[in-house]
Amino acid sequence: MSDGCGAPVQTATPADIDTNGQVVLAGKTVGGAYVRLLNADGEFAGEVQASADGDFRFYAAPGTWTVRALHRTGNGEASVTAQGPGLHQVPIAVG
Amino acid sequence: MSREDVLVSTEWAENNLQTTGVVFAEVDEDTTAYDGGHIPGAVKIDWKTELQDPVRRDFVDQDGFEKLLSAKGISNDDLVILYGGNNNWFAAYAYWYFKLYGHDNVKLLDGGRKKWELDGRALDKGEVNRPATQYKASTPDTSIRAFRDEVVEAINTKNLVDVRSPDEFSGKLLAPAHLPQEAAQRAGHIPSALNVPWAKAANEDGTFKSDDELRELYKTEGLDESKPTIAYCRIGERSSHTWFALHELLGLADVKNYDGSWTEYGSLVGVPIETGDGK
Repeated sequence: MSDGCGAPVQTATPADIDTNGQVVLAGKTVGGAYVRLLNADGEFAGEVQASADGDFRFYAAPGTWTVRALHRTGNGEASVTAQGPGLHQVPIAVG
Repeated sequence: MSREDVLVSTEWAENNLQTTGVVFAEVDEDTTAYDGGHIPGAVKIDWKTELQDPVRRDFVDQDGFEKLLSAKGISNDDLVILYGGNNNWFAAYAYWYFKLYGHDNVKLLDGGRKKWELDGRALDKGEVNRPATQYKASTPDTSIRAFRDEVVEAINTKNLVDVRSPDEFSGKLLAPAHLPQEAAQRAGHIPSALNVPWAKAANEDGTFKSDDELRELYKTEGLDESKPTIAYCRIGERSSHTWFALHELLGLADVKNYDGSWTEYGSLVGVPIETGDGK
């Protein structure tokens, strides 16, 4: 966790996350945002709340996913295609 | 029953934070959200440590429920407004549980904690202490709770509504996509179950869809309103959300929540299981 005093943005990398053979979608958005995972048909698959630093993570299956962030200051979304197990980065701007 | 009898809006909630006889309670599996800021005056109920039996797989019994509500400062005649994270999953579970123990004066905050936050409404970190009460619970109303044998008998007979995600239903995943994959011994679903993910009953902001939208949704998915219905998920919280939509919002008479859900069913020896999309 950052102490919020201007440290550089830290991003999870394959070296510091154990994906345990699964597809992991991880990224950064605005802190405290509600982050929704939608499948290729736009159907809801899961939702988490980003950490105070804006980090979020989903365990998923291979495929194309849309990740959508909701926050009182605005919404944003990004798409990602995960062809196999491992970490897939999904940054989302909100506004 | 009308929607106003079972739901309140965030606006209503904000206007009634100080109203005598109204108690707000946040229900979550992970209570760190509450500790970091909650609706002013709301008490905390921990789904895992306070609503579940610490030894057996079951929820707390009548005596345990009385002790819990007494300690939380909730009286039999209080109007309890439940809310929580995860689109009110655990709050809906607690609502079902309050009804099961005979507390009829209970409502859900529509949209839960998410809607409250998206509205930009104030959260408070202050400790909440209410004077203890002498709460009396009724004997459990099992007309809204399904057990495993009844679920097996319901195959091809009653409506079985599996409210998990399509990947859990088909057997690709054993748990929701944002949770580690731990669960039942086998993946898949109960034969003849419809797959109507709980999220289809909710808007993006966590509020429930309108009655017309809900009626259309379950009709399109093939729910036969003339038959009894059993809803299930993985551990019984998402299915409480759908139980609420079917029983409390649409007013269907015979709807049960199977709280054993897939973690029980998918570990039973010898029961039929189906994989794939079921259609």
